[in-house]
Amino acid sequence: MADVITYRDAVAEGLAREMRRDASVVCLGEDIGAAGGVFKTTVGLLTEFGPERVWDTPISEQAIVGAAMGAALTGMRPVAEIMFSDFLACCWDCLANEIPKVRYMTGGQVTVPLVVRTANGGGLGFGAQHSQATENWALTVPGLKIAAPATPADVVGMMAAAIRSDDPVVFFEHKALFATKGAPPPPGHVVGLGRAAVVREGADVTLVALASTVPLALRAADALSGEGIEAEVVDLRCLVPLDMATVLASLARTSRLVTVEENPYQGGWGGTVVSVVADEGFDLLDAPVRRVAGECVPLPFADALEEQVVPTVGKVVAEVRRLAAY
Amino acid sequence: MDAAGLLDAYERMAVVRRTEKAAHDLFLRGLVKGTTHLAAGQEAVAVGASAALRPDDYVFATYRGHHHALARGATPEECLAELMSRATGLCRAKGGSMHLTKAAAGMLGSYAIVGAHLPMAVGAAWSARLRGTQQLAVAFFGDGATNIGAFHEALNLAAVWRLPVLFVCENNLYMEYTPIAEVTAVPRPAADRAPAHGIPGEVVDGNDVEAVAEAVERLARRARAGDGPAVLEAETYRHYGHSRADPAAYRPAEEVERWLKHDPLDLARGRLAERGVGADEIARADERARAVVERAVEAAGAAPAPDPREALTDVWADGGAAWRT
Repeated sequence: MADVITYRDAVAEGLAREMRRDASVVCLGEDIGAAGGVFKTTVGLLTEFGPERVWDTPISEQAIVGAAMGAALTGMRPVAEIMFSDFLACCWDCLANEIPKVRYMTGGQVTVPLVVRTANGGGLGFGAQHSQATENWALTVPGLKIAAPATPADVVGMMAAAIRSDDPVVFFEHKALFATKGAPPPPGHVVGLGRAAVVREGADVTLVALASTVPLALRAADALSGEGIEAEVVDLRCLVPLDMATVLASLARTSRLVTVEENPYQGGWGGTVVSVVADEGFDLLDAPVRRVAGECVPLPFADALEEQVVPTVGKVVAEVRRLAAY
Repeated sequence: MDAAGLLDAYERMAVVRRTEKAAHDLFLRGLVKGTTHLAAGQEAVAVGASAALRPDDYVFATYRGHHHALARGATPEECLAELMSRATGLCRAKGGSMHLTKAAAGMLGSYAIVGAHLPMAVGAAWSARLRGTQQLAVAFFGDGATNIGAFHEALNLAAVWRLPVLFVCENNLYMEYTPIAEVTAVPRPAADRAPAHGIPGEVVDGNDVEAVAEAVERLARRARAGDGPAVLEAETYRHYGHSRADPAAYRPAEEVERWLKHDPLDLARGRLAERGVGADEIARADERARAVVERAVEAAGAAPAPDPREALTDVWADGGAAWRT
């Protein structure tokens, strides 16, 4: 096995591992077969598993996700790809009204074991309609589980957990991380949903991050270390189930909290994290909480504009310095 | 249908008609909350189609779906208990009138966002093909659904994948309060659109239970043989308004009168007589239907309310609702 694997290749690896162990796992989406996906995240699947397991679809997001739901209701474990997470809006009825509600409103008669994979977030210069971080959209819907891995090993391990889950999972793959590399996961690697990870220990401040903001928070922590401030970085990994126990345990050590979110401040996931801290961890805090989040604007095209509205190392460092004064 | 089959279909339609009447009356007595979308007048579509389906086929219906739940084996008591918010309801009082579901009988839900379930039926048919089961999926929907995007996405995907799925439109002439003809550019909102997707589209008298059964049986055989999906547009008429809030005053009296004279139960009764089934035998079927619905009203009314703790169950497959680890 290679020494490293890219986040991009880890997606295909994670899918292939589950398809090998369970014949009910099937994939559908636009350009996922012969083309291997527009982000090359499904390369090799058609060759290994054939057209009966890997289905190219028309540009029909409602049909893709609706068909995945129908298949999940009837014994399959479909994995649907929505090419860009902005396009979730095209099938939002199915994701907001059908998939998450059907088990509840039928009194538990059915389950919906499916995964909707989607390429999320900015950083590649695709403009406002192909760049939004939309994980907070899914967070508004009771009944959806939400995974957003930050490393190649987590992509594979969380993909295994998501596909094996009997609940619907929206799986956010971050576009800006596709080219990043990391240690390859061991065989049988599974990362259970709802388990945050402390990816850097530190005694002075807790940075809570997700997906693309995890490496960003780690870079900020390195910069702060040079100033004598040691940041602990928590990778949430999932928004539902949300592992607040790990966040609160970290705050018990550091007493300071900064969330680092790519989604907009307005309705972003950090608001939920902070509200739980206010409810259950207020006594742990020695300073106000800060949220470094996306600005409440559509994502602009030019890099010089984009960096004004998304979290950056500089913004995180500046907020932590302000907290250090308390 | 032979005489025995038609008599059975007649009795099933009579049960639907009386269940809908009971739902209407219970609403007026304040025992059903929210709203109801009654299917009285459209019984032959559900009962005729069901007579032509295998027990393991999949059915997806709409918020006007009581007749489909009943046709697939839900009991009047389960349905009325659901409408009356009872613990014994089909969905344990969590769904209500618009979401009657009997998954164990392949009735995989009543969906209240127009058109949403058509892609689901496509997916169920895809699943059946992948598993090699020869099962069929059927989506029932109203004429109004033919103008929403999901309808066209579902038809196209079903066509290009040649899936065993039937799209059965219950054209009752009105999309809610508006005549479908005023908002649709073709005269047959479902059947006329089917050829554009490479799918055969047929029109059938939706009040003729035998004609519906014959058409569904034929199109189902074709779909199971791998010849792909079909659209069946069943012309029918609802006896009540769109929902509880609607007295349907917008419908011309002459039109209502014409359709009431073409009632599916009357039609079946005439056919039974033609085939030598005696009036006493038909009366016994009517009496059985009356009795089963009467008992259902009593039993549903006597059933307990749901345990309030049920509100926080059944979000996840483990039975719970926890959003935190």
